Amino acid sequence: MATNGTLTSTDYIKHHLDPLQVGEGFWAINIDSLGISVVLGFFFIWLFARVAKKANAGVPGKLQCFVEMIFDFVHTTVKDSFRAKSKLIAPLALTIFVWVVLMNTMKLIPVDFLPVIAGTLGLLFAGDKVKGYVGSDATWVERAMDHPWSYIKAAPTTDLNTTVALALGVFILIIYYSVKHKGLGGFIKELTLNPFNHWLLIPFNLVLEVVALVAKPLSLSLRLFGNMYAGELIFILIAMIGIWQLPLHFPWAVFHILVILLQAFIFMMLSIVYLSMASEKH
Amino acid sequence: MDINLTLIGQAIAFVVFVLFCMKFVWPPLNKVIEDRQKTIADGLAASERAEKDLENARATAEEELKAAKQQAAEIIDQAKKRAAKLLDDETSRGHAEREKIIASGYTEVEAERVRVREELRQKVAALAIAGAEKIIERELDAEKQSDIVEKLVAEL
Repeated sequence: MATNGTLTSTDYIKHHLDPLQVGEGFWAINIDSLGISVVLGFFFIWLFARVAKKANAGVPGKLQCFVEMIFDFVHTTVKDSFRAKSKLIAPLALTIFVWVVLMNTMKLIPVDFLPVIAGTLGLLFAGDKVKGYVGSDATWVERAMDHPWSYIKAAPTTDLNTTVALALGVFILIIYYSVKHKGLGGFIKELTLNPFNHWLLIPFNLVLEVVALVAKPLSLSLRLFGNMYAGELIFILIAMIGIWQLPLHFPWAVFHILVILLQAFIFMMLSIVYLSMASEKH
Repeated sequence: MDINLTLIGQAIAFVVFVLFCMKFVWPPLNKVIEDRQKTIADGLAASERAEKDLENARATAEEELKAAKQQAAEIIDQAKKRAAKLLDDETSRGHAEREKIIASGYTEVEAERVRVREELRQKVAALAIAGAEKIIERELDAEKQSDIVEKLVAEL
C-alpha cells in the first residue's frame, strides 16, 4: 500500500514491525503471534488427528496421502539421524516441522490484509481506541491503520518470542537427553573435561563447552527469526512502492515458499541432530 | 522486538502441541503406515509365491505332456508292430491253409480217380464177361453173332 497523508514510510514500516501487544515491559503479551500460532497449532493437531483417526491400511484418500507423505518424510529424517530409541523425538520433529511451516506460511498473506481487516473491526467494535494520528476525514484504510488492532502481524515466526520458545524447548530436551544418556556426572564431565582433559583447564573448557551448548538454541532461534524477519521486511518494502508491488510481490512470495519450507526443515533437522548428539555416548 | 511473556506462552503452547502430537497423532499414523507396509509386503510375497507356483505348474504340465507324448508314441509303435505281426501271422496261416486245401483237393481227386478207375475196370470186366457170354451164344447163331458184336460196340 502506498503511503500518503500523515503516515510516513518510517511510520509505515514501524507499524508493520511492531507486534499487537497488551501489557507493559516483560509482562507484555504479543496477542498476534501467540494467538495465531496457537490457532495454527490446533489446526495441525486437529487435521492430523482427524486423518489418523479415519486412516486405515487400505487405499488412502488424498488428504491421508498428503499427511502420510509428511509423516513419512519426518519419520525417515528422524530414523536416519537419531540413533537412540525415543518415543518423543519423532512427534517432536513432526510438530516442529508442521507448526513452523504453518506459521511461516502466514507470511504469504500480503502484509496489509490482516492489519486493515483487524483495524476495520477495531473501528467498528472499539472505535474509541484510535490513536488519533489521522483525522476522521482520512480514508477508510488510513483510519483502519490508525487503530491499535491493526498492529496485528500474520506470521508468528517473525516474532523473536516464538522462535526462542521453540529453541528453548529443544534446549531443555538437549540437557535432559544429555543427563539421561550420559548421567549427570557424564554431562558435567563433558562440559569440564572437553576438549582438554586436564584439571587445570577446567575453567577454559567450561567456557568453551557452555558457549557451544548455548550456541545451539541461540543459532536455532535466531536463524529462523532472522530469515523470517528479513523476508517480512522485504515484503513491507515491496508493499510501499505503490502499484509496482504487484509484479514484485509475486516473485518474492514464490521465492519465499522455498524459504518457508527450507527454514522449517532446517529447524527440525538441527533439533534432531542436536538431540541425537546429546544422547550419544562417547 | 523484545522478549516478553509471549515467550512463556509460546513455550507452553509448544509443549502442549508436542504432547498432543505424541498422544493423538504419531501413534495412530505410525500404526496405519506400518499396517499398510505389512499388507503390501504380504501381498508382494503372495504374488511371488503365486508366480513360483505357476512356474512349477507350468513345468509339471510340460513334463506330463512330454511323458504323454512319449507314451502315445510307444503305444503307436506297439500297435504298428502288433499289426505287422498280425498281418504276417495271418498271411502265413493263409498260405498254410491254402496248401492244406490244395493238398486235400489233390488227394480227393486222386481217390476219385482211383475209384472211377476201379469202377471202370469192373465195368469193363463185366462187359468182357457179357461179351464172352454173347460170343458163346453166337456159336449157335452165327448171324446173330455180328449182331451181338454190333450191340457191344454200341454199348461201349
